[in-house]
Amino acid sequence: MSKTPLQFRHNGRDVAIFVDGGTNLLVALRELIGDMTPKFGCGQGGCGTCSVLIDGELHLSCLTLAETVAGRSVETLDGMKQGPNLHPLQRAFADAFAAQCGYCTPGMLMAAKALLDRNPSPSRADVVEAISGNICRCTGYESIINAILAASGGRASA
Amino acid sequence: MAVTVKTFASSNEAATALSSDRTARYLGGGTLVMRALNEGDVSISTVVRASDQALTRIDASGPRITLGAGVTFARVLAERDLAFLHAPARSIGGPAVRNMGTVGGNLFAPNPYGDFAVALLALDATVAVQGGFGSRDIAIEEFLQSRERQSGALVLSVSCTRPASADAFRYRKVARIKPKGGSVITLAAHLPISGGRIAGARIALGSMAPTQIRAKAAERALEGRVLDAATIAAAASAVTEGTAPSDNALGSAWYRREIVGVHLRRLLSGQE
Ligand SMILES: Cc1cc2nc3c(=O)[nH]c(=O)nc-3n(C[C@H](O)[C@H](O)[C@H](O)COP(=O)(O)OP(=O)(O)OC[C@H]3O[C@@H](n4cnc5c(N)ncnc54)[C@H](O)[C@@H]3O)c2cc1C
Ligand code: FES
Ligand code: FES
Repeated sequence: MSKTPLQFRHNGRDVAIFVDGGTNLLVALRELIGDMTPKFGCGQGGCGTCSVLIDGELHLSCLTLAETVAGRSVETLDGMKQGPNLHPLQRAFADAFAAQCGYCTPGMLMAAKALLDRNPSPSRADVVEAISGNICRCTGYESIINAILAASGGRASA
Repeated sequence: MAVTVKTFASSNEAATALSSDRTARYLGGGTLVMRALNEGDVSISTVVRASDQALTRIDASGPRITLGAGVTFARVLAERDLAFLHAPARSIGGPAVRNMGTVGGNLFAPNPYGDFAVALLALDATVAVQGGFGSRDIAIEEFLQSRERQSGALVLSVSCTRPASADAFRYRKVARIKPKGGSVITLAAHLPISGGRIAGARIALGSMAPTQIRAKAAERALEGRVLDAATIAAAASAVTEGTAPSDNALGSAWYRREIVGVHLRRLLSGQE
């Protein structure tokens, strides 16, 4: 089976790799680019921990055929921090104890970023909706919701 | 196992590639195809894609609307002219699934999925398909009944007539986990009114048979009537006729038969 060349933007940097037919984006990111921030949870679309932004839109990397991101921009948690500083969402997660084992955290942060990029002052219901595709086994969600509200312009409603 | 990915610029070429290879599967948003590949489904050895712009076109300005098969639920939700389809689109998955999953893929989604197709069935939609033989339009009911035999044909678009008023079309998905759980049952009702009476009633059900079905006995109970309590009760008691639900992790067949009439009554009487 021949490999297919694939080029795309990964956290603002151009990357070029060769993929096997049918490779999903999660495998391409972790095994071929070495970006371990998107996690493998289920491989079925059910947990959301592999979430990334493709051209700014939230997608599940485990269900994305790698070849479909050719020429597009992919953002992962690895690209979130701002220079040496944490992104406000990352800081809010740490401050609000929104991560326990941390397995869901990369996907939660990407889902939260997708929301705040579009709507800087979300309501609590907007936040609940935005993370509804992401499963957390540890926190019971409240601390995550509070962290996202705290990082948003809608701070007052936290 | 690696598969061969073939990407075509035109839907014509993609349709030819699909119809000539039994191991080929079309990739829409991939939410089900990629899951199958991740699980090691060896029946797929070729994945066919089409980058044809026509597949992602939305025509929502007139009384008849057309959605390209590749239109995602997020795009349906972003279109103000498609407000009548927002409830079914919003009921599917979480935000990432709605950004990826397509209208065309939903027509093939097995139980407990296919929620958008339930809405389209109640709206008497037409499915435009292209096979090795050329393209043709099929009524959605016939399409869904013969779905197993449709593999190898490419869906180009679906179209339907816009309901006359917001009240004429109603949709409800019953799920245990909100907002994104799988369907216990899904109901859609189109109730056009002519001279104060229902004319052309359509009731469609999801998860009540191997594919989405029309509840024809309930439709007959509504036809030509005024939508009052007696008519609603008659429709609700007829709604299980012809259904064949199955047991799954979301609900038993018995439970589905018990609750479908209750939910139809609530839907028709405008209750939450
Ligand atoms: C976590 C999760 C939650 C979900 N929740 C729901 C839900 O609540 N309700 C629901 O209805 N669905 C749900 N789904 C299922 C699925 O996402 C949707 O049904 C979606 O519409 C499928 O579209 P797709 O484009 O992703 O399909 P794909 O995976 O690309 O394709 C599915 C099937 O359709 C065929 N196909 C796709 N497009 C065409 C075409 N144009 N012509 C011919 N064949 C085609 C493919 O070959 C394949 O056999 C969920 C899925 C996941 C992973
Ligand atoms: S690993 Fe992708 S959704 Fe679970
Ligand atoms: S912190 Fe453990 S899964 Fe969310």
